[in-house]
Formats: sequence, structure tokens, C-alpha cells
Amino acid sequence: MKRISIDPITRLEGHGKIDIFLTDEGEVANAYLQVPELRGFERFCVGRLAEDMPNITDRICGVCPEAHHMASTKALDALFHVDPPPTAKKLRELFYSIFYATDHTTHFYALGGPDFVMGPDAPVAERNILGIIKKVGMDIAGKVLKMRHDGHHLIKMIGGRPVHPNWGLPGGVSRGITEEQREEIEKLGKDAIEFAKFSIQLFNDIVLGNTTYVELIMNDAFVHRTYNMGTVDENNHVNFYDGKIRVVGPDGKEHAKYDPKDYQDYVAEHVEPWSYLKFPFLKKIGWKGFVDGEDSGVYKATPLSRLNAADGMATPLAQAEFERMYETLGGSPVNHTLATHWARLIELLYATEHWVELATDPEITGEEYRVLPTETPTEGVGEVEAPRGTLTHHYWTDERGVLTKINLIVGTTNNNAAINMSVKKAAQGLITKGVEIKEGLLNTIEMAYRAYDPCMACATHTLPGQMPLEVVIRDKDGEVIERLSQNL
Amino acid sequence: MNTETFEPKIVGFLCNWCSYRAVDLAGTARIKYEPNVRIIRVMCSGRVDPTFVLKALAMGADGVLIAGCHPGECHYLEQNYKAMRRFQMLMHTLRRFGVEEDRVRLQWASAAEGVQLAAAINDMIDKVRALGPLNWPEKYSENGKVEAAIQRIAEEHAEAMEVPA
Amino acid sequence: MSEKGKLALYWAASCGGCEIAVLGINEKILDVANAFDIVLWPVAVDAKVRSIEKMADKSIDLCLFNGAIRTSEQEYMARLLRHKSKVLVAFGSCAHEGCIPGLGNVTNREEIFQTAYHDTPSTDNPDGVRPQTETEVEEGTLYLPLFYNTVKTLDQCVDVDYYLPGCPPEPERIWDAIVAILENKLPAPGSVIGAETTVCDDCPRTRSEKKITEFKRTWEIIPDPDICLLEQGLVCCGIATRAGCGALCPTVGSPCIGCYGPNVDVIDFGARMMTALASVIDSDDPEEIDRIIEEGIPDPIGTFYRFSLAHGQLRRCALSGNGKSVEA
Repeated sequence: MKRISIDPITRLEGHGKIDIFLTDEGEVANAYLQVPELRGFERFCVGRLAEDMPNITDRICGVCPEAHHMASTKALDALFHVDPPPTAKKLRELFYSIFYATDHTTHFYALGGPDFVMGPDAPVAERNILGIIKKVGMDIAGKVLKMRHDGHHLIKMIGGRPVHPNWGLPGGVSRGITEEQREEIEKLGKDAIEFAKFSIQLFNDIVLGNTTYVELIMNDAFVHRTYNMGTVDENNHVNFYDGKIRVVGPDGKEHAKYDPKDYQDYVAEHVEPWSYLKFPFLKKIGWKGFVDGEDSGVYKATPLSRLNAADGMATPLAQAEFERMYETLGGSPVNHTLATHWARLIELLYATEHWVELATDPEITGEEYRVLPTETPTEGVGEVEAPRGTLTHHYWTDERGVLTKINLIVGTTNNNAAINMSVKKAAQGLITKGVEIKEGLLNTIEMAYRAYDPCMACATHTLPGQMPLEVVIRDKDGEVIERLSQNL
Repeated sequence: MNTETFEPKIVGFLCNWCSYRAVDLAGTARIKYEPNVRIIRVMCSGRVDPTFVLKALAMGADGVLIAGCHPGECHYLEQNYKAMRRFQMLMHTLRRFGVEEDRVRLQWASAAEGVQLAAAINDMIDKVRALGPLNWPEKYSENGKVEAAIQRIAEEHAEAMEVPA
Repeated sequence: MSEKGKLALYWAASCGGCEIAVLGINEKILDVANAFDIVLWPVAVDAKVRSIEKMADKSIDLCLFNGAIRTSEQEYMARLLRHKSKVLVAFGSCAHEGCIPGLGNVTNREEIFQTAYHDTPSTDNPDGVRPQTETEVEEGTLYLPLFYNTVKTLDQCVDVDYYLPGCPPEPERIWDAIVAILENKLPAPGSVIGAETTVCDDCPRTRSEKKITEFKRTWEIIPDPDICLLEQGLVCCGIATRAGCGALCPTVGSPCIGCYGPNVDVIDFGARMMTALASVIDSDDPEEIDRIIEEGIPDPIGTFYRFSLAHGQLRRCALSGNGKSVEA
């Protein structure tokens, strides 16, 4: 069979290539999204210090290091059995909200957005953020640049650096904020809310107001009926920083709601020989292959899944937009993958509103930004919603806080099976007998994965889902005095 | 390499005032010691940067000897204490690299201790000989698989269909 | 009107942080777009590898290559871009010295695959499937690149014209480097484009004599915000790390972790850390020195070679006779 190779896939984070096999009649026999990268974090972090992990795992992904930093820091809290004071938790959540707003902006305008603003088959040289800036002009482009600039400026102010913060510690953070900083954070937060509202308006005008795009969104080639995973607070509202993991089926029924530390009971991973990235699936349903439906363990963890897995948003403007989206698209859950871009903007709005809520919280400038752990570290799980999906860090250490084992389930990994299915279905829908295959068409197929805002660097840090069963206890000379294992 | 005929290559950093004079003394007194150590004279053991040790091992040495004045007798007063601390920090790290302890040695010797230093050198050479060649660059070779793998990528790219813009 | 130059940005074993750092120059990205046609930048631009393969040698004016080399595909791209580019810059810590992916050099392919695809119980892999460089599927053959045992830096694969250090390089330094390139005001080929001093010079904290009797872990103390962190017993890599970032981490209360790599003319970052810390230990008693080191620095590889393992003199850890990595 003839093979079309899309290499590399672009406007995402990470490496991948799509191979599309064509029958002699010109139909798509199959399509595979292979991930050719792997770095091996779960192996080379063995022997590293627990407190280094927020910094090491930052480098799993430079687009969402804040997510790893936060999950890692929360894992350290659990590891050292220490509960951070309220100011510390609020500071972390404020930082996290600012990051979310910035990252979702980057995705919509630089990664996924060009397909809509410039058109999926616009010339390659124009189909990018630079093309957008030229097309919309500096009045509008200036807003995007300001949002990203403000976001990274605040991330640097609070967490140390604009990329790869160095701030999280067990029991809190390394530094709090002054009143002067808080004022700036509040002011820029209000600007950010306006920007989020503006982005949704842009989406309305450019995407929802364009019948070609609406048809693309509703096109069956981009529909998948899979399970949806997200993190929710006690009111079943979307929460990025903390809560319980909730999984809702393609029919809208709740499959599970669990504490993040119990993830091993719900998620398992499948291996294929043609990708370095594994394929998580819902354990209780089982791996049935790359298929849709209630009987298949395939699930998605994306902004759309988060909204599908929740009953609403915790802030008023975002809640109104949440209701409008579901009304427009026919109720929850929404299975149209391209609607993920809309869900992402709703999350952007929530992030900015929550940013201002926390910036005006009286405890946010408190002096108690850290307490020292008093207990010996053992094992801990930390979980957050990364922009690209549910993120779990699980560490085991010896009594000195040296890592003996580590397990990570990362945002995009959750979506690997769904991404493959989306790409195949889009390819089969768009390439049919007699269709002329041009670069723009291939890009339209690429839109199938871009909606997920994949982060392959995240996805391939590591591996498997569940944890090891071995804790090695050493004395101060490094000699092994005891090995505890289970489920080996 | 046949370990029976393996002769270790050891690089030795000897301080000018004590240990270098000690081996000189061994030489003039015709005290025999094995020829495997390539001696480099430094003014003080405190001159030895861990970089020298690492570079020697990386470039093919099977062992490294650092020799200096006894603690308290350094010609420059205190610098052999620095050497001692650096050595301990280095050994703490080299162990994790997988370099055996006997391959890097810190030996004190006064200018009069030709016999003792010769014996220490012989002892070290025996130990390194028993360990076998270090051959460090081999540790990061990919066993000749790289070229074929890269060629395959070029072929894979060439095989795929051409798609017009 | 002068013709625009051609610019390529590529990522190998990396995290995408360098891409975000480039975007951190904000509106100056438009100046870059005015000076160059971007012919490759997978994060932002849809150009594919095939278009690069078709270009004439040396037709790309500037290539900013980030990421370490850990697979055959990444080495293929390094060679390809070396052929096609006039100036090749090792951009960021991964390309310069291996960075965090370089920590993979404490282990090897077999151990990484064993952990990833077998050892964890949640991995549902009854047939022991492993990723293969060639897989026959119904429709044809699928290829994956060879995963190396040892991570390499860019200059261990091809000739590098310049290095821009940092994980990632701060946007201000990126812009300085772009300006230097555009104005042709560069140091000697093969140089690092950066400061020639250490982070201590950028750090706002007050410094006096250091006498360490105990190294502390970051979670053991809440340090004084104004005094040098090393003086307080924290292992701060600022003493051995090239300046350029503005001492951002110590500013928020965290010790420097060394991401800008070594200072000028230093060939092994870890050796500088070892010697610097040894110099400040306040003891002449071998047993006490041992205790201070063993207790305070339980992970010397991670602490001294956090970013530079692949570029250090030894490049990697040896594995034992039965192929196992050295236990901590």
C-alpha cells in the first residue's frame, strides 16, 4: 500500500508522525500516530532527591512545567506527611490559575488557532501565529502578546522564572508575595478576564459564525464517543488544582469518582510496538482496542472532557459560557472533538476569574508561606489537572528522601488512544476515492489531534501507570537494610 | 584485551615538595617500583582539581594517584587539607559513577619516605591490575548500531508518498 | 529591499521550554519575522522535514537547535540541519550539555524499557510487547527510531558554531544573541554566547566567609532572605554556574540548580561544584568530612551533574557487570 507520512506533526508540543496507508482505490486503510520520543524519567529519577523533583519534572515539559511543578510539590506534601498552611495553598492555586490562563492562550493563538483564523489549507508560511498577527493587526495581536507577557511576568515574579519555576517545597513554597506584588497581580488579572471574554467573542465571530467551521466541528469525522475524565471540587465544579477525579461515560453516566491516590484501581496501560507512548485505559472496563463506546476503556482527559465530567464551573462568567456551549451543542456530554477549542476558552475564562478571586483573598499576602516537615518521608501522590489532562505524580523514597521509585501518569498520555482514533477517523472521512490529496488536506487531518493540545514531551516522560511494589530502606551508608514489596 | 597481559596505565599527580622528592629518592636509592605510573609534578597536592582525575579516566587511564605531604606538613601550610576534602568529595561521586574505589588513591608521603611511597605505588598497581582495564570510552559506545539506524531513517523518508502543497 | 534570511528552529530530546522562551521575546518576534523566513519550527510552523531535505546545503542562514540527542532520528536531524545550515547554534542546556534528559545517562535503554513497558503492575502487557524499530502491521511497515543507551550533546554529534546556555535561556539573553548574530558581533566560533562570570555576581544576597559544618536540605530550613544561601548550608550551585539569568532562583528563596552550565573555559561542571563545596567545609578531620559529605549530599550525581552529565568528562555512569545501574 502507499504510505503518506506527515512528519513531523506540528503546532503541538512534542514529536510525532502520522502514517496513513492508502488502498489501491485511494481509501484510507488505516492511520497511525506514532510517538518516536521517550526520555525515561521514571527510571532516571531513581536515586534523585525528593526536593529536586519539582525542578527535574519541570523539564518533562517546558510548555506546562508549572503543572508538573505543582503535582510534584503536592506529591512532596504527601510524601513528607505535611499540610501546607492556607496562604501557601492559595498562593499555589493563584500561581496555577495564572499559568492556566497563559497556557490556554498560547494554545489557542499559537497552536490550534491558526487553523481557524487563517484556514486549514492556508499556505504553510501563513498558517501560524505570525500569520495571525499580520491578519488581525496589532490592535488585536497586541492583546494576545500582552496576555502572554503578563502571564509569564507574573509566573516569574511569583515562582522565580518564566519557564521552569523553582518555588515548590513540601509544606509550602519558597517565598510569599508582597502587597505591591499582589496589587499588580490583581490588576493584570482583571485585564486577563477582559482578554478571556474577548477570546470567546473572537471564537464566536471567527469560528461559530462561519458555517464551514461549524460543519467541520459537527462533522462525524471528528466525533468520538469515549469516556471523559476530569478533576472536580466538592460541588462537582471543574477545579484545576485539587479535588477528586471523576469519570463520566459517553452516555453521561458517572463511571467513577475517586481520590487521586487511588488511581491505580482505575487506570491501566496498554503497549503497542509501534509507539514509545503507551495507551492508558479504564481498568474496570478493559482494553477493547481503538474503539468508541461505553464498552471500550478508552477515555479522554481534555478541557472538553473536564467540562463533560463536571456539572458546572465555579465562577459566574465561565458558568454562563458553560451553559451556552452545552445548549448550543445539544447537552452534556459533547463528543465533538473540535469543540475542545471552545471548552478550552471557557477554562481560560474560569482561570482568569479565579485568578482575581485569589488575588483579592485576604490571606494571600500572609507571612506563613511554608511549614517545615517533621516526619520521615515514605510515599506520596500529587495530582492536578494539567491543561492537557489529568496529571499524577507518585513518589517513593527512603528515609533520607532519596527516590527509590517513581510513577507518573501525564496529561496527554491519557489521550493517546483517543488521539489515534481521532486521526484515523478524520483521515478516513477526509481522504476518499477521487479526493486530491494536498498539503492543506493533510493539515485538516492534523486538526484532529491539535484539538487535544497534545504534549508529547509530557506523555513520554515516562511510563506505566501503576506503582511499584518495592520500597528499599537504606541506612546512612546506603546499605540496604530492608526491602518491602507487594504485588510484584 | 587479554587480562593476563594487561598493564594498567596510571596517571600520578605528585607534589613538588614531598612526594615527587620521595620518588626521586626511590630512584637514586635504586628502590624498584613498577613503571605503570606516569608522573606529573605539581607544586602542591592542593593544585589537583577533580577535573584532572576525571579527564585522565575519560582519556583512558585505568587509575589516578594523587600524592602530597602529610597533613600538617604542607609546604603551603594548609592546602593538602583542601586536597583531602576534594578527594573525599570526588570519591563520594565516583562511587556513583561506577568507578571502583581502588582506581583513585590519595597517598601522603614525606620527602624521606621513598621506600613507603614505592610500596604504596606497587600496592595500587596490583589492585588496578586485578580490577582490569577501565576503558571508559567504551561505556558510552552504541556498539556500532548508529549508522545503520540513521540510514534507515533516510530510507523511510524517501519511501513515503509525495504530497503537493 | 534585502532578501530575508532563512531561520530554522528544531527540537530534539527536549521539553519545549526553549520554544516558549523564544516566544518570551514577545513583540520582538515580529522583528525576527521581518529579518527571517522561518523554514522549520514544529511548535509553531507547519513546515515538514521533507522540505528541509530538499533544500540546498548551507541555504539555512541560522539554525537554533535545542534538545539532546537520544535517538537515531534526533541524530539524523542534527546531521541534516548541520548540512543545510551556515550557522548552527546549540540552543539551551539540552543541546549544550544534555540537561535533564542527560540524567538518563545514569541508566540505559534496557533498564528504561524494562521499567516502562514491563515493571509496573498497571502496565497491562501480558505478551511482553516492547516498542520496536520496525513493526509489520496489516497495511505495511511502521518505523520507530533507535533509542540510544547514552544521551549525547549536539557537539558530540556534529560541529557546533555557538552555544546559548540556560534551561531555558532567558528571553533577554535570547534577544541579545539574535542581535549579536544579526549584527555579526559574535565571539570566536565554538564559543558560548554568554557572561564570563558566575551567578554569584548577579545575586542580590550578601556574602561573607563560608564555613560549612553541615549541608542542609531545602526542606530542613526556612532560609534568611538576605544572606547567601550557601552560607546557610544549602547547596547552591551559583558558585559554579555561568551568570546570565539574573540569579532568579535565589531571588525567590531557592538555591541555584546550575541550569546555565559552567563558567567560561570549564570542561566539567561537576568538578567545579565538588571543588567549591570542598573548599568551604570547615573541618580537617577525615571522618568528620566524610560524615558532612555523606549526610549532606546523598545524591552527588543529581546535585553536581544535574544538567551537565552528558557533557562531563565521564559522560555517563558505568553499569555493573550484569547491566544494572549503580545503586544510590
